[in-house]
Amino acid sequence: MTIRRSMLFIPGNNPGMLQNGGVFCADAVILDLEDAVAPLEKDAARLLVAAALASVDYGGSEKVVRINPLDTAMAADDIRAIVPCGPDALLLPKVQGAKDVEAAAALVAAAERPGQKPVKLMALIETPRGLAEAYAVAAADERLTALAFGAEDYTAGLGAIRTKEGTEILAARSLLVNAAAAAGVDAIDTPFTDTNDEEGLTRDTTLAKQLGFRGKLCINPRQVDAVHAVFDPSAAEIGWAERVVRAIRRAEEQGSGVVAVDGKMVDAPIVSRAERILQLAALLGLREEAGR
Amino acid sequence: MINAIGREIPAHVEGYGKVTPFAGAFATEPDMPRRAPAVKWARPGAAKLATGLEEVFRAIPVRDGMTLSFHHHFRNGDGVVNLVLATAAKLGLKDLKVAASSIFPVHAPLVEHFKAGVVTALDTNYMSGPVAEAVSRGALAKPVILRTHGGRARAIECGQLKIDVAFIAAPSADEYGNVNGIAGPTACGSLGYAYPDAEYADKVVAVTDNLAAYPLTPVSIPQTRVDYVVKVDKIGDPKGIVSGTTRITKDPVQLKIADTAAKVVQASGLLKNGFSFQTGAGGASLAVAHFVRQMMVAGGITGSFALGGITGYLVAMLEEGLFEKIIDVQGFDLEAVRSLAANPNHVEVGAGFYANPFNSGCVVNMLDCVILGATEIDTAFNVNVVTGSDGMIMGGSGGHSDAAAGAKLTVVVANLLRGRLPIIMDKVLTATTPGETVDVLVTERGVAVNPRRGDLKEKLAAAGLPLKEIGELKRLAEAIAGVPQPVKLGDRTVALVEYRDGTVIDAVRQVVR
Repeated sequence: MTIRRSMLFIPGNNPGMLQNGGVFCADAVILDLEDAVAPLEKDAARLLVAAALASVDYGGSEKVVRINPLDTAMAADDIRAIVPCGPDALLLPKVQGAKDVEAAAALVAAAERPGQKPVKLMALIETPRGLAEAYAVAAADERLTALAFGAEDYTAGLGAIRTKEGTEILAARSLLVNAAAAAGVDAIDTPFTDTNDEEGLTRDTTLAKQLGFRGKLCINPRQVDAVHAVFDPSAAEIGWAERVVRAIRRAEEQGSGVVAVDGKMVDAPIVSRAERILQLAALLGLREEAGR
Repeated sequence: MINAIGREIPAHVEGYGKVTPFAGAFATEPDMPRRAPAVKWARPGAAKLATGLEEVFRAIPVRDGMTLSFHHHFRNGDGVVNLVLATAAKLGLKDLKVAASSIFPVHAPLVEHFKAGVVTALDTNYMSGPVAEAVSRGALAKPVILRTHGGRARAIECGQLKIDVAFIAAPSADEYGNVNGIAGPTACGSLGYAYPDAEYADKVVAVTDNLAAYPLTPVSIPQTRVDYVVKVDKIGDPKGIVSGTTRITKDPVQLKIADTAAKVVQASGLLKNGFSFQTGAGGASLAVAHFVRQMMVAGGITGSFALGGITGYLVAMLEEGLFEKIIDVQGFDLEAVRSLAANPNHVEVGAGFYANPFNSGCVVNMLDCVILGATEIDTAFNVNVVTGSDGMIMGGSGGHSDAAAGAKLTVVVANLLRGRLPIIMDKVLTATTPGETVDVLVTERGVAVNPRRGDLKEKLAAAGLPLKEIGELKRLAEAIAGVPQPVKLGDRTVALVEYRDGTVIDAVRQVVR
């Protein structure tokens, strides 16, 4: 299981931020060649990000590079320059369908050095068409490991009014989570754009967790801790999960079929949810016992 | 000779005398009486109001070789140092010593006074800008004495810095010499750094552009010490006085450092009811206050006092009830001025009360925690806040060494890499604050605890803070930026760095190019 509670964008044309990207302890850093970089600086940013991948220690953060859109000539150049430098994954913007992922996968395969750890792909779903194709995208290639949602472009494409509460994107979020789950990949939520509103960020992230997202894109390092606080299993959740797992073990030992915890029946999906919580808690060091 | 932290210092300096080497932060005890200034008197009916500075110079009279003192509450908006020295130059005076609590870029005309021989000696706690550069390049034959804020008060009280005439920039003054800093176009709040000067100078001149009706209250500098009042058109530029450093930084790396520093304070166990706190303005320091504030709100904690340079942020914490009192030796913005004027729990104190190590107890001794910056820090935790990486003087201790010595917990916050330079080295270029008074270094890539503080290390480790040995942090920085070449300096001593107790902790050498 790869933990992706927070995926932090780092502008690919900012040497200071590229150098310091690892200090914020985000689960992933996304070194950005797309929106953060002006057209005239694309070449320079590509070189800078390649050098950063080769020389900067990003600690425990997964190294992801957002390349330029696949319908531009820059995408192929990005892939050729970046893939040999060993990122963990590429984030593909404005993915419209399975073909985009397949095309990117072919370019990545051609660019990989012999023996290199395979570079994964993540698809940013940020158009109505992309959302309609979300499951096909998620299932398009074995390199594909996550779907991420970009609500700003998506709502612009709809002609919807963007609000802080996000009623207009509720259906899209749920569709995306479902597509990701169906294909067995992670769903990552859209960034919260008001970087000064910490309470709003926590509310929005709590909703994302409730809907089934595994993490959230972050556009400012200040957002990382708040996002982690939401996605970290709470003590209550861990306690519940421990009770479920204990109860099911006891039931297995006693050959009993039906188990209840806290007065509610426990069946297979509940057990798997509890196990996931305990696994996450162990990986995050929140629960010593499960780490054994 | 070599002092207790291994710094090479001269044994004797002309115009200063025998140099006492630094022997440890609390190793040197005083063995002298306080200095007594001349007893003064004023006949009923005698006026103190003079028509101009020239008249005051003649009346005193100011003579060649005298020491003239100034406070720095106007920071880079000060107009009084330049006005007074222009008068001295016009009257043909030579060989003066300037004892200013700090020197800023606005004081650039001083360089011309050095060249002309009007001013041949400088005694200060901090300097930046053209004067600092000129001194670094050897503009003065006699080394500048760099003191701490508490050390300056000590030197004045103990008679080592004898002031002939104190010129006090006075935001408001009445005709009989009562002065305060809370009203007038150049209102700056506390006048704390001028207190020792007013108390011990042989003559005291209040220079104001805001003459108030007698009696002016509240009184910061009293009529009983002030001999002359001079009204001039303008004593300073409010824009330079309010330094605008009171906004929380938006730099994500500095915020990360500040957040970690606040967690260090919490993990130390000091953050509880009665907590006392000092932090600087600007950079990561003020951001630490921001995170500490959140912890105090969340924990329902009421602190006893906030100390030091006061910003609107600390004023807001006082008004929210997070601190019972503010003890203010210097205000940084108009909120600090407003609060000092209106709130009886916001108290103005002098530099001696604040930080003089040689009295029966200064406020820094009662401090739980101070957050300080650093230009460089070495693996023995000695801090440099005097010289930059090129050897040029660009600061000074100010209250750095004083607060570090007094506080139960001294936290230095700094970016591990500044520009392209590692901040940690084997030996700082200029030792300012001794490592024995520094407990923790917080950087964006980890926290180092002084090995003297094993107790603290255990607490921080238990709280899950990212602890590293300071040597490990140094290697981390060097792995990124490489090892900087040592800067080549001349042999001549251009400044002595005096520790707060009057011993010499280091010497600054001339920049030669």
